[in-house]
Amino acid sequence: MTSDRGLIAGLSLACTAALIAACLLGSTPMGLPRVLAAIAGQGPAGDSLVIWQIRLPRALAAFMVGGALGVSGAALQGLLRNPLAEPGVLGVSSAAVLGATLSLYYGLTAISPWALPIASIIGALIATAIIALAAIRTQSVVTLILIGVGLSSFAGAAMSLLMNFAPNPFSLSDMVNWMLGSVSNRSYREIGFAAPFMAVGFAVLYGARRGLSALTLGEEAASGLGLNLKVQRISIVLGAGLATGAAVSIAGAIGFVGIVAPHIVRPFVGHDPARSLLPSALLAGLFLVIADIGVRLLPTQSELKLGVVAAIFGAPAFIWIALQRGRRHD
Amino acid sequence: MTDVRAQNMSVSLGGKALIEDVSFCLKRGEFVALLGPNGAGKTTALRALLGLEKLRTGEASLAGTKVGALSPLQRARQVAYLPQARPLAWPNRVKDIVALGRFSHGAAMGKLKGTDLAAVESAIAACDITHLSDRNAETLSGGELARVHCARAMAAQAPFLIADEPVAALDPRHQFRVMDLMSAYVKDGGGALVVLHDVALAAHYADRLIFMKDGRIKSSGTPLQVLSSKSLAEIYGVRADVKGRSVVIHGIL
Repeated sequence: MTSDRGLIAGLSLACTAALIAACLLGSTPMGLPRVLAAIAGQGPAGDSLVIWQIRLPRALAAFMVGGALGVSGAALQGLLRNPLAEPGVLGVSSAAVLGATLSLYYGLTAISPWALPIASIIGALIATAIIALAAIRTQSVVTLILIGVGLSSFAGAAMSLLMNFAPNPFSLSDMVNWMLGSVSNRSYREIGFAAPFMAVGFAVLYGARRGLSALTLGEEAASGLGLNLKVQRISIVLGAGLATGAAVSIAGAIGFVGIVAPHIVRPFVGHDPARSLLPSALLAGLFLVIADIGVRLLPTQSELKLGVVAAIFGAPAFIWIALQRGRRHD
Repeated sequence: MTDVRAQNMSVSLGGKALIEDVSFCLKRGEFVALLGPNGAGKTTALRALLGLEKLRTGEASLAGTKVGALSPLQRARQVAYLPQARPLAWPNRVKDIVALGRFSHGAAMGKLKGTDLAAVESAIAACDITHLSDRNAETLSGGELARVHCARAMAAQAPFLIADEPVAALDPRHQFRVMDLMSAYVKDGGGALVVLHDVALAAHYADRLIFMKDGRIKSSGTPLQVLSSKSLAEIYGVRADVKGRSVVIHGIL
């Protein structure tokens, strides 16, 4: 327990440091005194605009998106008892992106600002429910991941269709942004509309964490231990769907961070899925904040997309984890 | 009425009867072995008793209360269940796995204290796995792992234990070690219902044998009452010599 506390405290400290660093660093170089002055509300108005309205919301968005994906990944891995489960791999993120894009395409976002987060959450919930239903019928993780591939392909095809019919180049580039995943130009407004859903999702997952430990022994033994399997499945599906959907409504599809973070955390919490939830969220948040700083600082012609960077590092890690697993199991 | 009771339980799946009109009871301080050929419905009977199967007829009750009226946690505090398949999803430490036995008491893995900690430690000591308690469970042998699962079930300190083939795939020495653990649990006042395939082992340990075939109970009683060459021929289709509690099977009929 004490080691858990140490881990959580260390990660929280690192996250805070990364968020401060994200405010310090950027295309306009600003020294620490200038940043501190801006945070305190003194100094030139431009400085405080850059810090408060551009850098901080962007860094917070990256942190929250990472946190939501990290906790969803850890929870889905606990439910499916497999280290390769993750919203991106299981097609949940792409389904959420499809939901978000549909709401953009049909102009629902003009009716209410809640339309986008709700549409992406509905997409995420549908995908999570399909995966969970399939998991009742089959114990094979390969099957589940193949279903995820199917869901991703379907969502991808539907997105391509929408892009085909895009009314103008602007909405086309909007959709591309969504598919690639990015937190650039995010404001408190977008964060605010997603935050309540994320908070509820996180609370639901955290509330169901003990059941994830019980599932370590398999579903039969877990129900023998007194776990209500149906309630457990519904909680994880609902929690992961809410958190992932809300994350996608901020940043679009960002894959693999939900696999890598829990994988690193697990040995430090005795491989207990329950205790991996919070540290996984913090670590995944930390990853995305740092990755986003990198994206902003790299002197590329047009800014790299966060989702692309996450996949470039995450996909090889996914393959490596799968190979490790193949040696021990199957 | 501190007993586990099955009354006229029937379970069907897709129109096919898995068990039909199954009744028996298990008292504290009693070691009951459930036997029968593969597909006889033994596992289904256990699951039905635990409220994990939908009953077509009959009912299962725990100390006079219908199992269905208990919450899963209440039920788990009364009956510990050791299923046949015992997968481990993660490379956990042995003592964390045993700690899961305290799930129904609200304990969390790795954060044990008070009575939960005491229960886990005494179960670990009783099953003679103290020297393994910090090991990664994936590195254990089949015999060691079987004792870990026993310790997990016993850590619940439930008055009843239901175990489905706890000695499958174990060498003779480990079979006896696991059966000794169950026997000690019964001597301490617990009631154990254990599915076994080894008739000789069952006859050696159990106070009472229940034989099932084709979803029905064929016979039930003390080993001396129910064991005979004739009954084993009828149930398993084997040639066997029975002398008192000793059973030797020679081959198929």
